[in-house]
Amino acid sequence: MSNATAIVKAGLTKRYARERRFRLFGLVSIVISLSFLAALLITIFAQGLPALRQTYIQLPVNLDPALLAVNASDSPELLQKAKYAKAIEAALIERFPGVTDRKQKMALIRGLLSKSADNELKSQVLANPKLIGSQQNFWFLANDDIDTYIKGNIDRSLPEADRRIKDFQLAWLDDLEAKGQIEKRFNTVFFTSGDSREPEQAGVLGALMGSFYTMFVTLALSFPLAVAAAIYLEEFAPKNNPLVDFIEVNINNLAAVPSIVFGLLGLAVFIQFFGVPRSTPLVGGLVLSLQTLPIIIIAARAALKAVPPSIRQAAYGMGASRMQTVFHHTLPLAMPGILTGTILGMAHALGETAPLLMVGMVAFIMSVPEGITDPATILPVQIYLWSDSPERAFVEKTSAAIIVLLFFLILMNLLAVLLRKKFERRW
Amino acid sequence: MNTLPLLLVLLVLALFSFFLGRKRSLAVSKGNRGNYRAPNKLHSLPSYYGYSAMIYAVLPALIVLLLWSAISPVLIAKNVAASLPAEIHNAGATQVELTMNRVESMAHAGKIDPTADPIQQAAAQHYLSLAKNSQNIKTALVLLIALGGLYLGWKMISPQFRARNQVENVVKGLMILAASVAIVTTLGIILSVLFESIRFFQVVPVSEFLFGTHWSPQTAIRADQTGGSGSFGAVPLFAGTLLISVIALAIAVPLGLMAAIYLSEYAQPKVRAIAKPTLEILAGIPTVVYGFFAALTVAPFIRQLGEAIGLSVASESALAAGLVMGIMLIPFMSSLSDDVINAVPQSLRDGSYGMGATRSETIKQVIIPAALPGIVGAFLLAASRAIGETMVVVMAAGLSANLTANPLEAVTTVTVQIVTLLTGDQEFDSPKTLAAFALGLTLFVLTLILNIIALRIVRKYREQYD
Repeated sequence: MSNATAIVKAGLTKRYARERRFRLFGLVSIVISLSFLAALLITIFAQGLPALRQTYIQLPVNLDPALLAVNASDSPELLQKAKYAKAIEAALIERFPGVTDRKQKMALIRGLLSKSADNELKSQVLANPKLIGSQQNFWFLANDDIDTYIKGNIDRSLPEADRRIKDFQLAWLDDLEAKGQIEKRFNTVFFTSGDSREPEQAGVLGALMGSFYTMFVTLALSFPLAVAAAIYLEEFAPKNNPLVDFIEVNINNLAAVPSIVFGLLGLAVFIQFFGVPRSTPLVGGLVLSLQTLPIIIIAARAALKAVPPSIRQAAYGMGASRMQTVFHHTLPLAMPGILTGTILGMAHALGETAPLLMVGMVAFIMSVPEGITDPATILPVQIYLWSDSPERAFVEKTSAAIIVLLFFLILMNLLAVLLRKKFERRW
Repeated sequence: MNTLPLLLVLLVLALFSFFLGRKRSLAVSKGNRGNYRAPNKLHSLPSYYGYSAMIYAVLPALIVLLLWSAISPVLIAKNVAASLPAEIHNAGATQVELTMNRVESMAHAGKIDPTADPIQQAAAQHYLSLAKNSQNIKTALVLLIALGGLYLGWKMISPQFRARNQVENVVKGLMILAASVAIVTTLGIILSVLFESIRFFQVVPVSEFLFGTHWSPQTAIRADQTGGSGSFGAVPLFAGTLLISVIALAIAVPLGLMAAIYLSEYAQPKVRAIAKPTLEILAGIPTVVYGFFAALTVAPFIRQLGEAIGLSVASESALAAGLVMGIMLIPFMSSLSDDVINAVPQSLRDGSYGMGATRSETIKQVIIPAALPGIVGAFLLAASRAIGETMVVVMAAGLSANLTANPLEAVTTVTVQIVTLLTGDQEFDSPKTLAAFALGLTLFVLTLILNIIALRIVRKYREQYD
């Protein structure tokens, strides 16, 4: 055995150990990264899924004409103004006759049912005025504190002073539960209403529609512009032209500019200078389209570049002009790639929050927007707003809104993957 | 007519002129389009004559319409402002601006508030009549130009007319315009932040902004209020941004780099096919979700952990925000590193193995040195992301400007301050709002420098092995 081999052999165990250690580091960092992902998703889903169900309380209400101050034969206008809150109040006191303490009475009337209870009763009565004068059982949305307790997020064993639900309220709830007058149902309110200060009445529909209109404006502006720009840069632009180089540098830089700077641009240029109305999907879409533009351009250029030159040569050979070649052959072949890039760019825009805070899309808006010039908020901003709210019940709403957002993102990404799978061609 | 119906009319006209032009081309060639010897054979396909007529009819009218819609409100406002009585003008520029705001809001609502100041009512009346005139002139002008253009386009059509070349040139011109939007955007960003920043620096000296160590932007709203002094020393913000970014990069760079190395050098193809896209899910999660995770899960967790070992941790500690931002940057770092590691030619690896090196020795002594410029570029891009990241810090970092290097305390960042200064309604011209633009300028310049260096390094490196 020569001297050199001896030296190598002597160090071999150590070197192999180092090799194993290094490999382990790599594996560990992947495991750590993936466990972060798992932790994130598990937390969000664990917190958000309970929001799909909402607590309802059954209450026998005596629709006494004297109490409501209307008769069954009255016109709808009069029925509108009937005193429904009074009827509910009376029903609550009747249901829990033992309550005499003033504070407890307040908690009973204000704290058990959602504030919208009288509206729910009103719509029921308006739909069927014959109910007036009879005793009926109605299911009402429970207040958010009650809902939080029913879902097990308030610990009974805590001292009373530390709980939002006091002992006397627990007694009511136990009584309701024993009689089967409290139950959890699918939370339709969450998917059919706009924002609200009351967690139990808050929904994502307003934010979803806001996001939809914003995305519509973004797509309508950025897609044609990006495709046109990509075609020019990839197919027509002269090589080594300083202006073209400058455009390319600009596009690459814009793709890396912090999103909040686009918000400043939107505020100073679109709102202050051009007078586009604040808080609307229009101005939000304008800002996002500028931000999405470079992403789509880069994707579209890559797709155009992937079309082999032989296609173009064949078209030229048949006497087509450059423009005809692009529009009849290159662009259709590159379209799946361009669309994939566009969907991914739109998914990115859908999750964008910071620039939209700058253009006033953080306003508290209860109504569901009906067009691109109505004040609106969007889903990520809604998440931000809810996460700031102090009520415990908003935590699960926030997580549920995140689940809705992630659902749409997954949907868009799946669509992109499918599109790629179906149309991908290796030349 | 309003702008929208006018656009619809133009659309209909466009369709009409297309068919008109196409028909005319067939008529002038007397059906000889296929006969190449005929003296009146068409230069282009008939549909190009249609497109050409369409362009003549619609394009100039559209340009006039857009220009008029952009310029006329400004001119009307100027005219109305000039017509205001002398006493308002004498009261100063703010009074004029205030009156004009009321007048414009009345005019936009379309009805004049009878309880308003008579001067404002008269001005609003004047405004409305001017707007109506402008609307009428615009409609007439646009329609006239459209019809004139259509006539011209129609007259131009002859067998010798090179319609295809014309149409293609116009289309190419539109494409160049689309490509220049990128330049216009950059210009818009620079101008908007620069102008407001210049106005800010007229009130607050640059040196105070860049080197002052006290940040409290709450200025007195009215002159008679005491309280906020309004000091704009941004050093605590820069320090806070740096602290959080350093924490984030300290997590993202080693984890991302090692993950990339493992995936590209060690992992079985099957593992790679699953692990790589899963890792990239992290990049697809919106930042607001990370912010929520940081504020509601990570920050309380770190706080409890700190209390358990006897440390006092702020509820909005820099550590929580930095940690979550680090998680967010892992896929960014790993996919960029993965690209550069894969770009290192196989021959370098084979050479190293041939000399008897182990895999880890090859990676450490051959691949990383060869890929170093790309890795540095990835690092700089990640740093630029960390500095510009907004939602995570808005939701998880603090608001008060602390000059500290302790990651357990609350710090604030440049982006957090921009958001707090600009959300909600406030006066646009106060130093408080202008300060946000100065911060935006700093942010833009800083990230621009990082991006340019990073892109240059990455590009240079790519060429080396191509």
